[in-house]
Amino acid sequence: MLLRHTSKEVKEREGLTINPAKTCQPIGAMYAALGIHGCLPHSHGSQGCCSYHRSTLTRHYKEPVMAATSSFTEGASVFGGQANLLAAIETIFSVYEPDIIAVHSTCLSETIGDDLQQITRKAKDDGKIPEGKHVIFASTPSFIGSHVTGYANMVTGIATQFAVSSGVKKHQFNIIAGWMEPSDMREIKRLSKELGVKIVLFPDTSDVLDAPQTGKHVFYPKGGTTREELISAGDSLSSLALGSISAEPAAIALEKSCKVPFETLDIPIGLSATDRFIMALSQVAGVKVPDEITAERGRLVDVMADMEQYLYGKRVALFGDPDQLLPLTEFLLDLNMKPVHIVSGTPGQRFEKQMRQLLDARSPETNFRNGLQADMFLLHQWMKNEPVDLLIGNTYGKYMARDEDVPFIRFGFPILDRIGHSYFPSVGYSGGLRLVEKLLNALMDRQDRDALEEKFELVM
Amino acid sequence: MEQITILEGRQKQIFEKKKGVAQPDIACDTSSLSGSVSQRACVFCGSRVVLYPIADAIHVVHGPIGCAAYTWDIRGAVSSGPELHRLSFSTDLQEMDVIYGGEKKLYHSLIELIEQYKPKAAFIYSTCIVGLIGDDIEAVCKKVAKESGIPVLPVHSEGFKGTKKDGYKAACHALMKLIGTGSTEEISKYSINILGEFNLAGEAWIIRKYYEKMGIEVVATLTGDGRIDAVRRAHGATLNVVQCSGSMTWLAKEMEEKYGIPYIRVSYFGIEDMSKSLYDVAKYFPDRPEIMEAAKAVVSEEVKSLYPSLQKFKKALTGKKAAIYVGGAFKTFSLIKALRSIGMSVVLAGSQTGNKDDYARLKEMCDEGTVIVDDSNPVELSKFILEKEADLLIGGVKERPIAFKLGIGFCDHNHERKIPLAGFVGMYNFALEVYQSVMSPVWQFAPRKGGTL
Repeated sequence: MLLRHTSKEVKEREGLTINPAKTCQPIGAMYAALGIHGCLPHSHGSQGCCSYHRSTLTRHYKEPVMAATSSFTEGASVFGGQANLLAAIETIFSVYEPDIIAVHSTCLSETIGDDLQQITRKAKDDGKIPEGKHVIFASTPSFIGSHVTGYANMVTGIATQFAVSSGVKKHQFNIIAGWMEPSDMREIKRLSKELGVKIVLFPDTSDVLDAPQTGKHVFYPKGGTTREELISAGDSLSSLALGSISAEPAAIALEKSCKVPFETLDIPIGLSATDRFIMALSQVAGVKVPDEITAERGRLVDVMADMEQYLYGKRVALFGDPDQLLPLTEFLLDLNMKPVHIVSGTPGQRFEKQMRQLLDARSPETNFRNGLQADMFLLHQWMKNEPVDLLIGNTYGKYMARDEDVPFIRFGFPILDRIGHSYFPSVGYSGGLRLVEKLLNALMDRQDRDALEEKFELVM
Repeated sequence: MEQITILEGRQKQIFEKKKGVAQPDIACDTSSLSGSVSQRACVFCGSRVVLYPIADAIHVVHGPIGCAAYTWDIRGAVSSGPELHRLSFSTDLQEMDVIYGGEKKLYHSLIELIEQYKPKAAFIYSTCIVGLIGDDIEAVCKKVAKESGIPVLPVHSEGFKGTKKDGYKAACHALMKLIGTGSTEEISKYSINILGEFNLAGEAWIIRKYYEKMGIEVVATLTGDGRIDAVRRAHGATLNVVQCSGSMTWLAKEMEEKYGIPYIRVSYFGIEDMSKSLYDVAKYFPDRPEIMEAAKAVVSEEVKSLYPSLQKFKKALTGKKAAIYVGGAFKTFSLIKALRSIGMSVVLAGSQTGNKDDYARLKEMCDEGTVIVDDSNPVELSKFILEKEADLLIGGVKERPIAFKLGIGFCDHNHERKIPLAGFVGMYNFALEVYQSVMSPVWQFAPRKGGTL
């Protein structure tokens, strides 16, 4: 067994992380930038970073992922990376012809003290940015936070460096997407359309990372929030930030720069969070919830009622990212399931507080930890001490699931061994339905597998 | 078709073989241009892939979390026993560590890990940032080695200090410190080390079996299904057999210099090269002709069953064209031959890390009109695939979806191969995989090569 060395006894570790439940900032920034139309993400650091991020995103989406790199060498690391970045900007505009370059930093460029704001300004002053083209940036040091932090930083960069307040408000609303799949973004747009609310959604990776087969390889697929939309975000009536960790910082920045008020909501995963999202959107826009959405909700509640006996009391361990874990945990509780262990490598007191609040009210005995050493090794140890019926997390959970012989549902980032996440949403009522189906399939398949012959049921 | 331009400054790394045209040397061994969408990785990546298959050692990545997270079990280097290599260990350096140094954290991490996992050795990989903040990794390693009694080896793999090839070298440097520390008693005179074979999908096991059938003792496989104790006694072998030109030639040269062990270069892909790699080893032991006899027997037995089974594929694939873009150039040579043996021609051949000699040889081998590239990018690859009307791309993880978007077949000849492609059985698997992909019914439904419905 792969994890045979995992010991049951939990000891505090001083420095070590074993089997991380997070990765570093730049990949989040790269993912966010891919949600801008005509944008080429640029990694200001060593070549390996860019290569790793592209590979991981490619494995997760089974799609080409384009991004450029400053290709740091020893010289750049001694004398600073300004020359590399200036050269890169010139090369990229002349050869790859994006409308926008979204530069993010790395641990290397941060440590040598490269100032992206100053370098991009110099690029502009030196005339290296052609008319009508843009270079935006986000500082994403790998030694702070996690991939979620990097996503949030790039989304903030997008919001502040594009949005302009023209003084004339537009009857539209910003929805700032927390880290979610292209399928989820597509669903958010569909729900808004059903409600009849005009939104600017950013970033938006639908039609970028779920692009159809066309016989062509295009650098800039048709999707992504357009520059015009982003500029107009400064004139929107208000913003809804979906996710307090990955989306709210951008909303705060936008309020500051363009006086667009905002409200922060959970990513609408599960019934309650979707209710809040639909209510909030209908309220800010002053629209009635259409019957079709009420019916969607009804279908989800119907299934929850139909199958409650199979979900009741089922013990779940889950790991992943803050903005997904919060509404997911709430949904499990709504389904009368029991979240037993929750782990996230992403540090931060805000998340810790929010999760504690939820758990204190509804499941105080749940083990929860985030930040340093909140890794899969710890989760596995917890699972050995207090076993569970189900594990939910990204692909790396499959080792624990196999070792402990528990059913496993893939959810989060990265998913390297299954498809579906980019095509079928987990947000909204239909996303909730899909999650319930997954939960039931996992649990019931196991029940069937383990049932004694006389108890092997036809009708369930 | 739309005209796609070549990146300025890249022309020297691209070459098209044409009759009567002056044949300039291809420029290679250079770092990538800033701003290119390069398919290359870094020094750390090179070290990590070379040492990764050593299964009874712990591999600790000293740096922020990303470097460890992205290299966690992404290579199917199979082990027949311990699987410590499939876990991910990181010091997860934080801002304060960057300011005040990470030595203490590294020290504690190592002590904790060694106590928990009781490994045979520990490899400590430096990442970019460690090179900047100036942690004295050597000193920490020395201290921990002394306290724990196991070899604790620093790998100087700061990402920015060169290319992936420099990473191979840093890994070999760490291996050199282990080699020579074990007993060579009872090692046969008719013995080899297998270098540059990483046991992806169990390939090293296949190769090892061939040599053992010939009566050759395999002392160590570096590093596929690797074990520390075997590495330590590798200097007792009579001959080093090196596959994959980039990664291990340096080690072979060092071992030749230090221990007087000569080396030969081989490849295990395709019937021709696979057979040659057995014959070349046999030739090295002329005083025992039964080795050559056994080699011939192995080849004839394998080929007898393989050859007829390839004909079905060859019939279907004859006239189809392939594009190759892989990590090492040496692999390209074998792939060209292997593809020819199933009726396919090569219209594009390239690598991330080939050197001058590699490209000279490639030029010689290729047909007229073949495009040769060093350190390519998606724009170029797409351009040449469309222009040359390739039916298949052979590459790695980042190239796969490009091929599929263009509507052509794909074969992963890199980390993500799921079935062994080495050895005689590997040739069958390779042909099958190429056949499956190129002849897939999906292409009936997909617009191909820039076409429309």
